[in-house]
Amino acid sequence: MSTIKMRSKEANGVVTVKALIRHPMETGARKNKKTGDMIPAHYIQEVHSKANGKDVITIHWGPAVSKNPYLTFKYKGNKGDEIEISWVDNQGNADTKMGKVK
Amino acid sequence: MKRRNFIKNSMLFAGALTALPAVLFTKKSYAAWPKKSFDIKDLTDSVNSVYGHNNLEESSKVKLKAPSIAENGAIVPINVSTTLEDVDSIMIFVENNPQPLSSGYQLTKLAQPSIGTRLKMGKTSNVMAAVKSGDKVYTSTQEVKVTIGGCGG
Repeated sequence: MSTIKMRSKEANGVVTVKALIRHPMETGARKNKKTGDMIPAHYIQEVHSKANGKDVITIHWGPAVSKNPYLTFKYKGNKGDEIEISWVDNQGNADTKMGKVK
Repeated sequence: MKRRNFIKNSMLFAGALTALPAVLFTKKSYAAWPKKSFDIKDLTDSVNSVYGHNNLEESSKVKLKAPSIAENGAIVPINVSTTLEDVDSIMIFVENNPQPLSSGYQLTKLAQPSIGTRLKMGKTSNVMAAVKSGDKVYTSTQEVKVTIGGCGG
């Protein structure tokens, strides 16, 4: 299952994209309460979005972004546009999801 | 003695020259995640490392929507939008977080300057949204009171 949930809607030539990504977003500053060990940093660093193959937004996230991050942005577009959202985290994991604008 | 100094200095200079393009390159490239800026622990230094200067201008055209009191510091909803034209990027700084730079959004011509996310905040702090339009950086700041911090274990 994809880690990305995405919804996008067009109104008056502007598309609003909303996305939820399932990710722990560990800062690296927390301790495991039972063992006292530091939990290693694990967070999304980059999110990238394209509409019909054209770049819309490039996002850089730090560890201060909440767990299971939520994201919304807008762009000039139309119904039926192909939206692509992809992310890469500091451990090299990545995911991509495609969707259509309603 | 003098000659030795000359060689030493010229070598230093050559070293500086080779280091310089590397710095310029990383600043221009959007693809690279700016580790340095995300590591900085002071707001002024952080702003400086992102923009190369500290000339910020408070503007009512930058709209920052954040709660005045956040019950849970682990999830603080932040929305930034602006009526400014030609927006390059939007950055969100949280002054009292361990690293003030929380996130950065590089917009293309297609994108509208309106973004939203959720941030972690360790304690009560000023949140600053910075919008780069042309050569200038416009900001809007709001204090968010945090009753339960979002960074502790």
